[in-house]
Amino acid sequence: MKYSVNSVWENKEDYDIAVVGAGHAGCEAALAAARMGFRTILFTVSIDGIALMPCNPNIGGSSKGHLVRELDALGGEMGKVIDRTFIQSKMLNQSKGPAVHSLRAQADKSNYSKVMRQVLQNQERLDIKQMEVTDILTEEGLTSGVRKVVGVRTYSGASYRCKAVILCTGTYLRARCIYGEVSMQTGPNGLQPANYLTDSLKSLGIKMYRFKTGTPARIDKNSIDFSKMEEQKGDERVVPFSFTTNPDDVQIEQVSCWLTYTNETTHDIIRNNLNRSPLFSGMIEGTGPRYCPSIEDKVVKFSDKNRHQVFIEPEGSETTEMYVGGMSSSLPEDVQYAMYRSVRGLEHAKIVRNAYAIEYDCIDARQLKSTLEFKTVEGLFSGGQFNGSSGYEEAAAQGLVAGINAARKLQGKEGLVINRSQGYIGVLIDDLVTKENHEPYRMMTSRAEYRLLLRQDNADLRLTKIGYEVGLIDEERYQKLLKKEQMISDEIERVNETNIGTSNEVQELLKMHNSTPLISGIKLAELVRRPELSYECLKPIDKERPELPIDVMEQVNINIKYEGYIKRQQRQVEQFKKLEDKKIPEDLDYEKIKSLRIEAKQKLTAMRPMSIGQASRISGVSPADISVLLVYLGGAR
Amino acid sequence: MEKKETIAAISTGMTNSGISIIRICGEEAFQIIDRIYKGKHPLSKAESHTIHHGYIVDRDSVIDEVLVSIMRAPKTFTGEDTVEINCHGGMFVTNAILEIVLKNGARLAQPGEFTKRAFLNGKMDLSQAESVMDVIQSQNEYALKSSISQLKGSLKKKIKEIRDLILYHTAYIETALDDPEHLDMENYGEELLPVIENLSVEIKKLIDSADAGRIMKEGIKTVILGKPNVGKSSLLNVLTGYERAIVTDIEGTTRDILEEQVRVGGVVLNLIDTAGIRGTDDEIEKIGVDRALKYADEADLILYVVDASRTLDENDERIIDYIYDRKTVILLNKSDLKMQIMKENLQNIIKQRHANVERSIDRNSENSIDNLLDNNIFNEKNYIVSISTKEGKGIEELVDVLKKIAFQGELHFNEEVYITNLRQKEALQKTCESLEKVKESIVSGMPEDFYSIDLMDAYETLGTIVGEKMGEDLINEIFSKFCMGK
Repeated sequence: MKYSVNSVWENKEDYDIAVVGAGHAGCEAALAAARMGFRTILFTVSIDGIALMPCNPNIGGSSKGHLVRELDALGGEMGKVIDRTFIQSKMLNQSKGPAVHSLRAQADKSNYSKVMRQVLQNQERLDIKQMEVTDILTEEGLTSGVRKVVGVRTYSGASYRCKAVILCTGTYLRARCIYGEVSMQTGPNGLQPANYLTDSLKSLGIKMYRFKTGTPARIDKNSIDFSKMEEQKGDERVVPFSFTTNPDDVQIEQVSCWLTYTNETTHDIIRNNLNRSPLFSGMIEGTGPRYCPSIEDKVVKFSDKNRHQVFIEPEGSETTEMYVGGMSSSLPEDVQYAMYRSVRGLEHAKIVRNAYAIEYDCIDARQLKSTLEFKTVEGLFSGGQFNGSSGYEEAAAQGLVAGINAARKLQGKEGLVINRSQGYIGVLIDDLVTKENHEPYRMMTSRAEYRLLLRQDNADLRLTKIGYEVGLIDEERYQKLLKKEQMISDEIERVNETNIGTSNEVQELLKMHNSTPLISGIKLAELVRRPELSYECLKPIDKERPELPIDVMEQVNINIKYEGYIKRQQRQVEQFKKLEDKKIPEDLDYEKIKSLRIEAKQKLTAMRPMSIGQASRISGVSPADISVLLVYLGGAR
Repeated sequence: MEKKETIAAISTGMTNSGISIIRICGEEAFQIIDRIYKGKHPLSKAESHTIHHGYIVDRDSVIDEVLVSIMRAPKTFTGEDTVEINCHGGMFVTNAILEIVLKNGARLAQPGEFTKRAFLNGKMDLSQAESVMDVIQSQNEYALKSSISQLKGSLKKKIKEIRDLILYHTAYIETALDDPEHLDMENYGEELLPVIENLSVEIKKLIDSADAGRIMKEGIKTVILGKPNVGKSSLLNVLTGYERAIVTDIEGTTRDILEEQVRVGGVVLNLIDTAGIRGTDDEIEKIGVDRALKYADEADLILYVVDASRTLDENDERIIDYIYDRKTVILLNKSDLKMQIMKENLQNIIKQRHANVERSIDRNSENSIDNLLDNNIFNEKNYIVSISTKEGKGIEELVDVLKKIAFQGELHFNEEVYITNLRQKEALQKTCESLEKVKESIVSGMPEDFYSIDLMDAYETLGTIVGEKMGEDLINEIFSKFCMGK
């Protein structure tokens, strides 16, 4: 039962910003808000659930690694914490182009949560409160049809007045965990769900969706025969996530992951028990993600495959629990045992935690502005899985942006919008707030149209200035960045102008790298561009080369080597920006623009895009509609 | 936004008038005309608002004798530097000149773009804004509609095949990048290279086929449609006998098909004879029509023969529905017998059936363009001629119609379709360039993620031809074709 009238009271502590939920989004949001000078209270249904990693035990991976680097460049916390708590690290796609190199680290889950909690606890102006928030308190806003946040009320009946609220409820809203015929009204890991907030949001006119996701079983390490599996080691030389971490500090002893496979027996067991899946009985109504299908989905959808990969990953260094990557499921417990035990090396597996599917309430994020503030509720922001995304990294990135923008709102400043040409964070948020989304949204490298520019190696060069401007990056780090920029541009200029003759030494070096010998003199940059050569390997014949830090050399190499491609994307970005810079007035009455097609009018009226660029990405708005808009706005000017 | 780009288009209608005008507008207008104009002086030095006599040349060959007007910004219609080429009318010359202009650096203007620029450059007052927007909207819709209906059939299928293949390979690469531990890309470049080379060849074929002069050079691919015993063979005989015709037998690709080249009134028709396909029982009859329709997919022109002495049956109805968006001459044959079907009631029936087709196509979209097309699509595109193959009556009229169609450029039934054609060609060329870049990346040993950048460009450009955006296609392909996941 929710509070009774008798227990209603007002907490008079003076908070500026309330953050609801202390997962990866909530932590970043709360830290950003407090660091930008605002008194912040962070609500969580359970202190033990702070920065919890209820699914896979890793952070980063393809394109998600980019998000973490960007978050770090802006002054977020996730990168720093994982650098302190990882137990294995890999740079993925190393044989590919620099744009798709991506860091992924296995985390010690409980240590990650612990360290993040310490950071929160030590943060000035930030209080943590274990309590379920049940209502968003609002009053009439200045514009008609828009309400304004004035505080929150909790399950206990207490109200807290504040000027902005950031919702980061993750998968907790009316959460339900399901496998077989077992259905539990709990959040992830058996934690308490939040059952009341949805109604409060609905009463504010907010449209809710119900999404589903799932997690595999955790198996006791002592029951696994690793001799039947392939060992997967970490990188020899670990690259840290955070630009502030000294690379020497992360060269630790790493633990291994293990690779094994499902087989036809596994698939038979699954096929024979499909009728017992809650998906079939209709117990699960939410929409699940296609990119992380349950093992039963994989077996049904890709029936021609006779095996699927299974990654056995440690959950930490002080637990014997192992995560069974690739085999998430919502089949009944007995089927789970049979299915896991049919896998090579898992014959005697003991399941510590069952696999389950989880359903939860989230929003149609098209109700948000690009600043992650609700269009119809002033001061109400949201981030993370609540916005229909999935993944720790996606959540953290949104949490940071929501936190920054709640703070900027109170500062009376314009909201921060990172655009699609500035970062994966921009792509993520723009996709969420403009596109119709039928499943939990995961970041993917193919979603970023300018990915040659949005590399994980240059996240600091792209975003740290912004972090400095909003106040999350200190002067020292900023000055270091400026110096780095200078060194890079100086060195690129020097390499572009350095002549290389046809001396024996040069020809020998080229021969050594299977590169065609020179007929006449050439610029050093031309040699760097040859696929078989690099800036680094040409060092012996580059007599004037200054001593430079590794990260500077890396930038010099990439920028020269891929100059043609990079310039092409830069030109595309110029075009993109022109449309992005054409702002649409917030109060534009699309109904008045006679020549717009009806569908376009409806979509534009519902979405209220902030720029012509954003309007052009809304499905149902044609290029002709955009032309019409341009003419109309041109005329109105 | 596009102010800097130089645009060009034919600003007179596409009729066989004496003079056509091609307008070039934008910063590079004078540089472009200098490259293609031969006269006393280079025109970039000419004074504003003057007219000059000279020739348009493509490399060394003279295309046409022209008058060129030079108008310097800001005192022009659009407010930008403008050149107008007055050339001899007729769609082939006009088209050829426009293509040369585009080849030399201009971009094909979008429908209504000159007017839009004029407005954005402050050359029109505010009250004119609305009409400008209406023009843009209606012309765009019309162009899109026309281009897509024109694309029905084999070309559309071909483009879809090419796009599907590009999408598949892009999705493969992207999946491997997103999930490197699941999918391997060892030697993928070697596998991809022949695929890309094949695609380039295919697209180049399409580009060649889009050559505007093809119809004159190679003849009009023509299919005679009609149910059995309406006089298809007789028509063929009459046509081949006409003008002591040059009749050449061309080896058909299949046994039952014969292509004959016939010249009537100076028009070259490549007649595909489906007359051999016939049968007595209903089922075989139906198969015959099915087959004939398949050949018709590839045709430039359809001759639909109706037996005026018999009432229409379901085969006729199918054919009538089929010709909805095809250039067709309808021949009301056996006018020597007692006629059951009159020209007027046939016209009504066709109109009605086409209105139904229209509705079914437009079911999901709005019908704002219905008004535009409803009443004139049939009239503009099709002719009904009464003939008697037995008595040789009405053949002269048919020949006149064929001449009109061929020489007045009616095979592109209006300006918009013609423009979209060029647009399609432009898009195909751009696609080719993207594929060329993929090849370069593979050959020079670039990592795989660079391939997919140009592959996506190619996919997107091809999409503009069929009116499809990239949207979520790639993401959907990744999920449906490849197994990802933790």
